[in-house]
Amino acid sequence: MKEELFISGRDIPFIDPYLNIWHWQIPVYLFLGGLAAGIMFFAGLFTIIGKEKEMETTVKWATFLVPVALVLGLFALFLDLKHQLYFWRLYTTVRLESPMSWGAWTLMFITPLSFIWVATYIKEAIPNWKWKISLVENLEVIATKYRIHMAWAMMMLAIVLGVYTGILLSAFNARPLWNTSILGPLFLVSGLSTGLATIMWMSKSHYERSVLSKIDIALIGVELFLITHLFMGFLASSAVQIEAAQLFLGGEFTASFWVFVVILGLIFPATLEILELRGYKIPVWIPAFLILLGGLAFRFIMVEAGQITRFLY
Amino acid sequence: MRYAMVVDTRKCVGCSDCVVACQTENNVPHGYCRDWIVEVVDGSYPNVEIELRSERCNHCDNSPCVRCCPTGASHIIDGGVVVVTANKCIGCGACIQSCPYDARYSHPEGYVDKCTFCHHRLEKGQHPACVEVCPTKCLYFGDLDDPNSDVSKALRNRKWKTLAPEAGTKPQIYFLT
Repeated sequence: MKEELFISGRDIPFIDPYLNIWHWQIPVYLFLGGLAAGIMFFAGLFTIIGKEKEMETTVKWATFLVPVALVLGLFALFLDLKHQLYFWRLYTTVRLESPMSWGAWTLMFITPLSFIWVATYIKEAIPNWKWKISLVENLEVIATKYRIHMAWAMMMLAIVLGVYTGILLSAFNARPLWNTSILGPLFLVSGLSTGLATIMWMSKSHYERSVLSKIDIALIGVELFLITHLFMGFLASSAVQIEAAQLFLGGEFTASFWVFVVILGLIFPATLEILELRGYKIPVWIPAFLILLGGLAFRFIMVEAGQITRFLY
Repeated sequence: MRYAMVVDTRKCVGCSDCVVACQTENNVPHGYCRDWIVEVVDGSYPNVEIELRSERCNHCDNSPCVRCCPTGASHIIDGGVVVVTANKCIGCGACIQSCPYDARYSHPEGYVDKCTFCHHRLEKGQHPACVEVCPTKCLYFGDLDDPNSDVSKALRNRKWKTLAPEAGTKPQIYFLT
């Protein structure tokens, strides 16, 4: 028998008895960031391959949600900061070793880009729209001319943003549940899938929906593969990571993870999408809503569970 | 110069004087501490072993907290001491997540706080407050690069360990066993 006790009466807020310094703001931000990355990636992709006409919701209308998601996500991040008045310090330095610094700078570029993208389509969305200032009018003409370049930038930055939402967690070797390089791709794929779900929910075109749902089924397949890999990696690793995996294999997060994330958030909506493609009538909002809910649950569970896992010493 | 601390677990009685000395010296807010005592009980009666350790920030050579800090608020100063500049810290919590020893906490004023090896005392040629007050003299402090320092001598003559070396952080608090 081996046990460890604190006898100095150490009971520091948010640190003891187990770490709990990141609350709802972080998973909400990770969710919105991933969602925005997903929408931007596909808007960029279908612009580059010249499908603006067929994939109107993807390229145009869904992107109107991106600035909203990013601003709300950034606001959640801001709420999480405990020394808020100093947040500008993020932008007085570039720290290549710090994923959070990468993320802050990526958001610095991708957020304005998302606003500009939306601005170039606002006249199509609101026919009577007029920019009050002629300078803005001119800028919009220029931006519209460079749309294809913006599409490339958006697609690349969306990948960085999507991966970043996972790397933010995986960079911490002290939290064994997070400390796996699979988390970057996993969060990217999950973000892309939630983005697709949002576009599908908005789209009225049957053709567009069927293209998107085929991609989504493939992405869900990849996601399930990555989740399997995640646990295989943990179980073949050191004691701390085996213990981290146990939280999901019989431990306290078993039910919530497998029911809400894997079954209701991935397998069930993928099945519905397959049935829909086979000709069954299934309201699109059901799989879309489940994927979004599963994505959100996944991030809440990962952030919560990761903080419990720690090094044994 | 490489500052390090050595804790003699065979001399420590777990009195918590180091904890109180630190709280007083550094105006640590009520309910928080930069150092603490860990008691490890091994085995069961009649074959019991107890190890007492005075723990604090390990001032790691390969410090994950410095690496992940997005603003450079966490940094390393002369002698390898890991410190936080309060007015550069945004309170994002990344360093707290990154520390395998849970040695950092969020100060009620928002910035992240931790053991500084009392560098304000080191500058005056004094030892950290915890070392100064230890009634059993179980804490040693000094420069590892100096072969005649207390820490170098202690590590030469006794068996020692560091905490969670598998975390790869190269901690600079050594425990004599």
